[in-house]
Amino acid sequence: MTITESAAPPVLSLRGITKNFGAVAALADVDLDVGAGEVVAVVGDNGAGKSTLVKILAGVYRADAGAVRFQGEEVALESPAQVHALGIATVFQDLALCENLDVKANLFLGRELRPFLLDDVAMEQQSWELLRQLSAKIPTLKVPVAALSGGQRQTVAIARALLGDPKVILLDEPTAALGVAQTAEVLNLVERLRDNGLGVVMVSHNMADVRAVADRVAVLRLGRNNGVFDARSVSSEDIVAAITGAADNAVSKRASRLAAGTEES
Amino acid sequence: MTRVENAPAVDLQDERLLAPKTLGDSVRAAVRRVRDGDLGMLPVFGGIIVIWTVFQLLNRTFLSSTNLVNLSFDIVPVGFLALGIVCVLLVGQIDLSVGSVSGVSAAITAMVMVQYGQPTWIAIAAAVAAGSVIGWVYGQGFNRFAVPSFVMTLAGLLAFLGVQLWLLRGQNAVNLPYDSNLVQFAQLWFVPAWLAYVFAVLAAAGVFAAGWIGARTRRAAGLSAVSMRLLVMRSALILAALVFAVYYLNRTRGVAWMFMLFVAFVLVMHYVLSRTKFGRSVYAVGGNPEAARRAGINVKRVYSWVFVLCSTFAAIGGVLAAARLAAATQSTGTGDVNLNAIAAAVIGGTSLFGGRGSAFSALLGILVIQSISSGLTLLNLDSSYRFMVTGAVLVVAVALDSFARRSRQAHGRG
Ligand SMILES: Nc1ncnc2c1ncn2[C@@H]1O[C@H](COP(=O)(O)OP(=O)(O)O)[C@@H](O)[C@H]1O
Ligand SMILES: [Mg+2]
Repeated sequence: MTITESAAPPVLSLRGITKNFGAVAALADVDLDVGAGEVVAVVGDNGAGKSTLVKILAGVYRADAGAVRFQGEEVALESPAQVHALGIATVFQDLALCENLDVKANLFLGRELRPFLLDDVAMEQQSWELLRQLSAKIPTLKVPVAALSGGQRQTVAIARALLGDPKVILLDEPTAALGVAQTAEVLNLVERLRDNGLGVVMVSHNMADVRAVADRVAVLRLGRNNGVFDARSVSSEDIVAAITGAADNAVSKRASRLAAGTEES
Repeated sequence: MTRVENAPAVDLQDERLLAPKTLGDSVRAAVRRVRDGDLGMLPVFGGIIVIWTVFQLLNRTFLSSTNLVNLSFDIVPVGFLALGIVCVLLVGQIDLSVGSVSGVSAAITAMVMVQYGQPTWIAIAAAVAAGSVIGWVYGQGFNRFAVPSFVMTLAGLLAFLGVQLWLLRGQNAVNLPYDSNLVQFAQLWFVPAWLAYVFAVLAAAGVFAAGWIGARTRRAAGLSAVSMRLLVMRSALILAALVFAVYYLNRTRGVAWMFMLFVAFVLVMHYVLSRTKFGRSVYAVGGNPEAARRAGINVKRVYSWVFVLCSTFAAIGGVLAAARLAAATQSTGTGDVNLNAIAAAVIGGTSLFGGRGSAFSALLGILVIQSISSGLTLLNLDSSYRFMVTGAVLVVAVALDSFARRSRQAHGRG
C-alpha cells in the first residue's frame, strides 16, 4: 500500500496546538495531519499530552492557541456536541460511560431515536448489530454498564463512536483493556474504517498494534512533536528512541526532516 | 436473512445468559436482583404493608374508607414537593427549599385572590410562575456561579420564608373564600363513581395495550418479549387492585379529583423520565455529568430544567396546600414539610446519590409518610411522636439506599 498524503488534502489538520494547565504546558505548538483513509498512530510516554490532544480534538478542552482545519475549512472546536456534529467521533481513554445506564442507553446517549417517544426497539436492534460487528462478548444489553468488564466497556465505548456517520475517529488507547481476540477485532475494525475512507487517529502504547495498522506514526514528547514516521519503513527501536528521547539521534532528526519535506511537496 | 425456526431472539443468544424461561425463573431472577442491591420499589411496598398492618391493629379506623379518602387528599400537597425532589435527586442535586417555596406560593395565591380580588386562575398562574422563576434563579446560580445546590437552596429556605412572611404582611393567616373553586376542588370534588371505574379499566387496558404493542414490535424485530400470559396476568392484577380501590373509596366519599391530579402528574413525569430523550439525559447527568457532557448533552440546560421543574412542582404543592386548608398561613410549608418531601422521595426508592429512581417513588413515598402521620394522629399522639417516627423512617430509608448502593457495586449493578 502506498501513502497518499500528498495527493489529497488532509481531512483533519492541526497547526500550532498549544494547551497549558496552569503552569504545565501540556501541549506546545503541536502539528498533526490525518488524511481520509489513513491511520495515524499517536505515541508518546505517559504524560506526553496524547489524551490532552484527543480531548482538544473532541471539543472537551479548548486549545489556548492553534488552528484546526477539517475537510479543508478552518473550524473552532467548541463543544463535544458541535464536534460530533462535524463528524469527529471519539473513544476516550476513560471511556466516559454512564455506569447507571444500560448498554443501549449509553450507545445512543445524546443521539436517541425519536426524542419524544424513545424508539427502544430500533435502538436495541441497532445496538446488537453494532456489537455483533465488533464481535462483542456482551450477553445482555439490559444490565447497567457497571456490570460489564473493562474490555466489554471498552467495546461499548468503541461501538458508540461508530454510531452516526463520522469522518474521523479518535481512539485513545482503544485496546488497553482488551483480550487478544478483541484486540485483533479492533485492529480489523480500524482497517475497515480506513478502507471506508475514514481518517483514524489511534493513540497507543502497544508497538505491535501501531505497526500492524498505522500508516504513519506521530511521536509526542513532553507536549511537543518529536517526529512523524512512515510506519512501513521505521523500526520499533527508532520509535522508542523518539518516544523516550534517549537517543536524540540522526534517525529521529532525519525522520522529522523527511516528514517536513513530504508536507511541503 | 431467513429466520431459523426456534432460533433464540437476537438478545438471548449468549449462552451465559440466565434467561428466565418459566415463571419460577422470573421469580428467582427477581430475588437475585434484590439480593444484589437492585431494590427498586420493593422496600416501599414492604413499608406500606407493615405500616398499614401495624396501625390497623392499633386502631380499627385506620384502614376505614373515610380515613383512606382523607389520606388521598393529604398526600397531594407534599406529594407534589416530593415529585420535584425526585427530579433534583435524579441529577444528583438537592433542593432544601421546596417547603419555603410552597409557602410563598400559598401566600401569593391567597393575597392575589383575597387582597387583590383577582380571579382564581390568575392567582394560581402567579403562584406557579413565581415557583418557575425561583427554579430558574437556582439554575443560574448553579450553572453560572457554581454555587452548590445544597448551599443555594439552604439560603433559599430562609430567604423565601422571609418572602412568605412579608407577603402575608404580618397576618397569621389569610383565609380563602370557602366557595371558591380552588377550595372546593381540594375538599369536596370527587370523581363520579362510574367514571372512577372507567378510569380503573382504562388504566389496566392501557398497561395491557402498551405491553402488547411493545411485545409485538419487539418480536417483529427479532427481539425477546414478555409472554402473553405474563402480560395478561399483570394487567388483570392491576385491574383487580384498581377496581377494588375504587370500590372501597366509593363506599364513602370516593376518589378525589385532587388525588387524580397528582396521579396524572406522576404518570406524566414517569413518561418524561423513562420515555423521552430529556429523561435519558436527566439520568445520564445524575450518573456521570462529564460523560453526559462528552456525549453532547447540554448538561447545564438539564440542570436548569430540573431546578425549574422542582420549584414549579413545589409551587403547585403550595397552591394545593392553601386550598386544602382554605387558608395561607405563616406556617404553610414550614416545620417538617421539607424533610417529609425529601424523605418521601428517598423512601420511595430514589437514590440520594443521583441517577436512580422514578416518578412513582414520590407517590409511594409520600403514602408511607402520610400514613405514619395519619396513624399517629388517630392514636392521639402529637407531633413530637410524628417527628421522631418520621425521622427514624428516613434514617432507615437512607441507610437502605447507601447499603444497596454498596451491594450493587459489589455485584456490578451500578
Ligand atoms: N485536567 C488537567 N489538569 C491539569 N493538568 C492536566 C490535566 N490533564 C492533563 N494534565 C497534564 O497534562 C500532561 C499531559 O497529560 P495527558 O494528555 O493525559 O498525557 P498522556 O499522553 O499520558 O495521555 C500531564 O503532565 C498531565 O499531568
Ligand atoms: Mg492518556
